[in-house]
Amino acid sequence: MYQELILEHYKHPQGRGLREPYDAEVHHVNPTCGDEVTMRVKLGDGGKVLDVSYDGQGCSISQAAASVLHELTTGSTVAETLSVVDEFTRLMQGRGQVEADEDVLGDAVAFAGVAKFPARVKCALLAWMAYKDALVRSQA
Amino acid sequence: MNGAAPFDVERIRKDFPILSRELPGGRPLVYLDSGNSSQKPTQVIETMREHLAQHYGNVGRALHALGSESTEAYEGARDKIAAFIGAPSRDEVIFTKNASESINLVAYAFGNPVNTDERFKVGPGDEIVISEMEHHSNIVPWQLLAQRTGATLRWFPVTDEGRLDIDRLDELVNERTKIVSIVHQSNVLGTVNSESPILARVREVGALMMLDASQSVPHQPVDVAELGVDFVAFTGHKMVGPSGIGVLWGRKELLDAMPPFLGGGEMIEAVWMDHSTYAPVPHKFEAGTPPIVEAVGLGAAVDYLTSIGMEEIKRHEKELTGYALEALQEIPGLRIIGPRTVVARGGTVSFTLEGIHPHDVGQILDDVYGIAVRVGHHCARPLHLRFGIPATTRASFYLYNTTAEIDALVRGLHHVQKVFG
Repeated sequence: MYQELILEHYKHPQGRGLREPYDAEVHHVNPTCGDEVTMRVKLGDGGKVLDVSYDGQGCSISQAAASVLHELTTGSTVAETLSVVDEFTRLMQGRGQVEADEDVLGDAVAFAGVAKFPARVKCALLAWMAYKDALVRSQA
Repeated sequence: MNGAAPFDVERIRKDFPILSRELPGGRPLVYLDSGNSSQKPTQVIETMREHLAQHYGNVGRALHALGSESTEAYEGARDKIAAFIGAPSRDEVIFTKNASESINLVAYAFGNPVNTDERFKVGPGDEIVISEMEHHSNIVPWQLLAQRTGATLRWFPVTDEGRLDIDRLDELVNERTKIVSIVHQSNVLGTVNSESPILARVREVGALMMLDASQSVPHQPVDVAELGVDFVAFTGHKMVGPSGIGVLWGRKELLDAMPPFLGGGEMIEAVWMDHSTYAPVPHKFEAGTPPIVEAVGLGAAVDYLTSIGMEEIKRHEKELTGYALEALQEIPGLRIIGPRTVVARGGTVSFTLEGIHPHDVGQILDDVYGIAVRVGHHCARPLHLRFGIPATTRASFYLYNTTAEIDALVRGLHHVQKVFG
């Protein structure tokens, strides 16, 4: 479960810290373990994701997931990132029975092992659900 | 207990079949989560199986042979529990489904318009006192009571060492206080609270006092008459009994004055279309078909604990706790949340590891070493807020744990630090 890549992102988070400007900010918590993430999204022309900035606290899985998400989303289009969100969600909710699409997921495929631990799936999904929520709010 | 064999943890472990199972990947099980729920000895498992296989019927209402055998076993369990906790009367032992239900039962007797007894009247201006070290089960029922009645909920603070701070006892417990409900042994800190100074003040102001003894009754001799409080709640699954069965002990005179909690079958004396009269205690508080086999199992659990001896169990856990406190404090970056000595303290040790989230600690301990600990806020969120931490890792010991298992925990924690170092 603790892939080297996850530990790397946890120890050296990418794009961490809340930045201006942003279109929407959301705060999501995982009440069972106290993981939390605050996330800001800035969109540009043509549905481009200009920046995803975040801050938070919690276990390595929840915080590494936010870091990987930052890398995978910044610079892509909203449509592209939504397909990553969908694939990641499908992987996480697959109880370890789902084959991950590495082409879509990139580094996020390292979280495949988490799906076998139902108690930790929410940790991995926290940042991704926050991102989805922030997108909806920025486009409102 | 007189004539009991000397305490032998290896012999005790053989009574608990689950302790010798292997986890996937060939990991041995190191179970350090008894504060969450304890494992069950063969004696309890077999008693329950035997009851289901040979004696099962509904209790209190079936006139046939099985009904009377079942009733005898169910009421026999009540006798055993009454004796185990030193209850002056067996009728003071009420079966509930867990300690939470026991506390709710008492909380609902307060501020209830059908209850005319002065001691249970609660309204705006009245006060309920709990503490910062409570489990949610001894917080939320009182919050709900305060919301229903407009009463004020007040809290004993907790010191940095993890002890109950009773410096302001005389101000916190006063003539407006209706009930004080505190934990006997903290499920996070391990602290064992002394009820006597609080009880003396409670009596002075004419209030009532309840103890949440979920973490003490399984681990030390508890005599409710000696404690002198009004209500005591505990649960079966933490004391080698099954889940689904809890106990409320209350002083008979108070239980008689309280209104029923749940209405239904077997809690009545007579039912008319416009009103009902109720059965005497304990059955007034046991509506519907109760957890029969679970009560019988709890009776067997009490027999088992008595055969080992509660003093012996307490002594064994004290040894384990002293050993663990010493070994854990040698780990760099480990901070114990709670008393660091074995004085007035049980075998529950919670801690943080600098820079590593408890969920990661617990996951690696389990994945790599098969060590079961609890991680999170342990249903005591206000206490964690008090210490400014979101969560802790908790190891909790019982009669079947060994120092070798604590060694395994220490090795596991060193490995966790290596992974995240």
